Amino acid sequence: MRWLRPIGQDKLAALSLFLISTTLFAGLFAPFLAPHAPDEVHMELRFAAPSWEYWLGNDQLGRCVLSRLLYGIRPSVLWVGVALALSAGIGTIVGFVAGYFRGATDAVLMRICDGMLSFPGYVLTLAVIGILGVGLENILIAFALMKWAWFARVIRTSVRQYADSDYVRFAKTLGFGDVRIMARHLVPAALPDMAVAASSTFGSMILQISGFSFLGLGIQAPHAEWGMMLNEARTVMFSKPELMLAPGIAIILVVSAVNYLSDSLQLALDPRLATSRRAPHSRTVAESAKLQGSEVA
Amino acid sequence: MLTVERVEKSYRTGGLFARRRKQVLSGISFEWKAGECLGIIGESGSGKSTLGRLLLGIERPDRGSVRWEGRPADERRARRGSVSAVFQDYTSSIHPFFTVEKALMEPLTLRNKRAAIDSRRIDRLLEQVGLDSSYRNKYPHELSGGEAQRVCIARAVATEPRCILLDEAVSSLDGSVQVQVLDLLRSLKTAYDMGYIFITHDIQAAAYLCDRVMIVRDGRIEETVDVDRLRDVQSPYAKKLLDMVMA
Ligand SMILES: Nc1ncnc2c1ncn2[C@@H]1O[C@H](COP(=O)(O)OP(=O)(O)OP(=O)(O)O)[C@@H](O)[C@H]1O
Ligand SMILES: [Mg+2]
Repeated sequence: MRWLRPIGQDKLAALSLFLISTTLFAGLFAPFLAPHAPDEVHMELRFAAPSWEYWLGNDQLGRCVLSRLLYGIRPSVLWVGVALALSAGIGTIVGFVAGYFRGATDAVLMRICDGMLSFPGYVLTLAVIGILGVGLENILIAFALMKWAWFARVIRTSVRQYADSDYVRFAKTLGFGDVRIMARHLVPAALPDMAVAASSTFGSMILQISGFSFLGLGIQAPHAEWGMMLNEARTVMFSKPELMLAPGIAIILVVSAVNYLSDSLQLALDPRLATSRRAPHSRTVAESAKLQGSEVA
Repeated sequence: MLTVERVEKSYRTGGLFARRRKQVLSGISFEWKAGECLGIIGESGSGKSTLGRLLLGIERPDRGSVRWEGRPADERRARRGSVSAVFQDYTSSIHPFFTVEKALMEPLTLRNKRAAIDSRRIDRLLEQVGLDSSYRNKYPHELSGGEAQRVCIARAVATEPRCILLDEAVSSLDGSVQVQVLDLLRSLKTAYDMGYIFITHDIQAAAYLCDRVMIVRDGRIEETVDVDRLRDVQSPYAKKLLDMVMA
């Protein structure tokens, strides 16, 4: 694990990694860690300030905010992560095949992607929910179905560029198989691009999940989800703005941690960036901004 | 032995469904005998690199055949380890994430999948191309052009191939380094008893290294002559090409 060493040296990356793993851990063991049941209503404690019993206070129904935050990790982070892994996985395979083999394979796969991408994302998700029914799992299925084409395009572009290099030609000359060439040469080269694409999608998926929950199409009411907590707090935005803090900060922290981690993964993988550890950061941020922009569009 | 028969190659210009094609190579036939050093000379854009890719079997000709010992070149097993190459662009010839050691290991893993890092073998390869073992842990961006080209040559030699295709292997180096690398190639040729196919636009470099040169113009073979009879070429194009160098 050569690449873990530079991440250890990079303080921000180490912090991000710590934050993400703690979040995942807390989400998995929420029932043991949460001080209260997430949907336990105490009307007498409505909007109560943080106390020793309720560390982050109580919401409009007197439920424990901390417990809801911990339970909310499951849909907001864990399940989004699964949907992301699924769509990134499909997209990566399609992107590699299209970018490496080119020709007719590339043309056919890319036309399919174009077809997928020509549907507006939200509308397609609504259509999938219309067919499969309301629920978090159906939104996640819709996400996976929708986003893989975007991943495939991004990854195909980067693979195509690396597949054209002389080190790949040399490996072909020696007589190595295609799978081996992809695994040894192209996966490491394309990994930073994949990480940047995945991390920027992660943020937008969390926000979209909460949007659908707000419409009543995702997580159903008593269950906790970060986006839904934000939406519930929105109704009392002017009288009790502090209720937005817990879910808002949680979303910001996790999304930025994922973004920082993907940036430092690039720094760790590419020895050309190792000699000048300061400068490349601005480039990767610009790159992720570019990717983010193209995805939102 | 390499046999090339009536090879044609064209590339599509424009999209997948475009009709127009650009003819890059037509009617190429020649033979390369084991141990020989054959030069392929031509202007920029005459199709030398394309011919090189066909010879290596990483692309297929539209028509005609390229055969190594009677078997098609694009059959991976036919050429496995017996053919190697040094490419034109040394900046992209070594994976940017690999150290020199890892790059040199690659051809060695061809024979046995889990080859342990054989330090002495890598040191010897580096020594043969005039580099010391301190280069083992360097990344390609830390090498100069000449050093990178030497690493590529060491990597090409590692499988002890019968034939190495050198595509403009010395063209981007300056004069003195060029001579060093050419001398290196000469000494390796005797050390390993192998042959070269030396693609270049530099007649002098070809004359220095090769036994026979093939002059290519617009994807056709203009003329093939032995190096020691280079002065009595027949075709007007070859004459003109030589005159420019002699002048
Ligand atoms: N993959 C390709 N697709 C389309 N056209 C190509 C492709 N490869 C080569 N060509 C065309 O074929 C012609 C010959 O290219 P090639 O690279 O073989 O020339 P060359 O003789 O090696 O030139 P140089 O000395 O500059 O390296 C060029 O006109 C080029 O545009
Ligand atoms: Mg060329």
